[in-house]
Amino acid sequence: MKTEVENNSVATNTSPWGRTGGAAIYKSLEEVMDPEIPTLSVIDMGMITGVEETATGVRVKMIPTFTACPAIHVIKDSIQKKVESLGYENVEVQLDDSIVWDSDRITPNGKILLENFGLGTPQRHCGNFGMEEIAHSKCPHCGSEDTTMNSIFGSTLCRSTHFCFSCKQAFERFKPV
Amino acid sequence: MADDELIYGHRMSEWTGMGPIMEEDIAYSSMAQDKIGHALANYSILEKEFQTANPDKLAFFRKENELMNCQLVELSNHEYDFSLVRHFLFDHADFIRYEMLSTSSFAPLAQLSKKIKGELKYHVLHADTWLTRLGNATDESHARMQSALNELWNYALGIFEPSDFEAELIAQKIFDGEKVLQQKWLEKISPIIEKANLKIPSATAPVYGGRKGYHTEHLQPLLTEMAEVINSEAEGTEW
Repeated sequence: MKTEVENNSVATNTSPWGRTGGAAIYKSLEEVMDPEIPTLSVIDMGMITGVEETATGVRVKMIPTFTACPAIHVIKDSIQKKVESLGYENVEVQLDDSIVWDSDRITPNGKILLENFGLGTPQRHCGNFGMEEIAHSKCPHCGSEDTTMNSIFGSTLCRSTHFCFSCKQAFERFKPV
Repeated sequence: MADDELIYGHRMSEWTGMGPIMEEDIAYSSMAQDKIGHALANYSILEKEFQTANPDKLAFFRKENELMNCQLVELSNHEYDFSLVRHFLFDHADFIRYEMLSTSSFAPLAQLSKKIKGELKYHVLHADTWLTRLGNATDESHARMQSALNELWNYALGIFEPSDFEAELIAQKIFDGEKVLQQKWLEKISPIIEKANLKIPSATAPVYGGRKGYHTEHLQPLLTEMAEVINSEAEGTEW
């Protein structure tokens, strides 16, 4: 990654942005993980809303999943350090208040990773869902649809707790939001 | 609004480790976390758009009579029935308030409201589930729900105490006003209360005052406890 970035930097500008800098930053952010679900990156979670070059460096725009996300400072710091490691100075990580995060923003790859992590996944809802969609989840362990919800709250704000009648296992699910 | 979230978030957090069953313990803890997050987001708008003191200062260093929360949210938790009915009454009003504000002409608040109402959806569903379940369970659970509803009703009407800026807010299309909110709230909760086999108390006299800084004896001990840690350190301590 680093060599590619260096090859593309222009002689008159020490910034490694060049022609593919934006893409390289996106790629690098695939390695910045969500602290609460450490196998999912901020890209998989749909938290990055923009990467742009500024007069003095770069700006990464992001949105938190929940208003009360306690990990937001950790995530911002991780993004900044990652982008700095590509050779940028003046990396600004900005909270983007023009876009509201919802669970439809999780990428298809992100949903597979969620299941592998042992969590049920939210169905695509396009902003329209009720108790039925909230209560019903496929079991991430055995794939059965024969499950019930125990509680709409779980160990973190983004999870609800469920039970599978087929494999008799309790599981958590990433809520539709 | 921010003070409602802060004080109510603190009350909800008091159920952490005390819930009647583990799921409820977790539910109240999660909702408390949401509320404090919502308070922070609202205080942050005040700081950014109106140059008030920072959110920590607003939360921890104001006097009792400087807080504008409705009295409903400051009342002690009492038993679970009381807490649950308050949760039902408050969160429906809160959800509708943010829903209304999501089309506000004040853009920062409109944007935040879109986010918050999605989170409050879960609070409302939680309250509805338990209210209907306990309203229809045993004689004792039904009696407890009804008596909590009787006790809390006038305080709940106090949520809608109009401010001095009501006309201005409506004229500038910032907010449709407390009257409209109260009407929408009543329409929303009435069928659910009926489904829970409960009755809305007939004699009603709203408890006003909270929005103007008048509070019950329950608030000061809460404020003292909430600021206990920050007051134990020298000013400017970094955490």
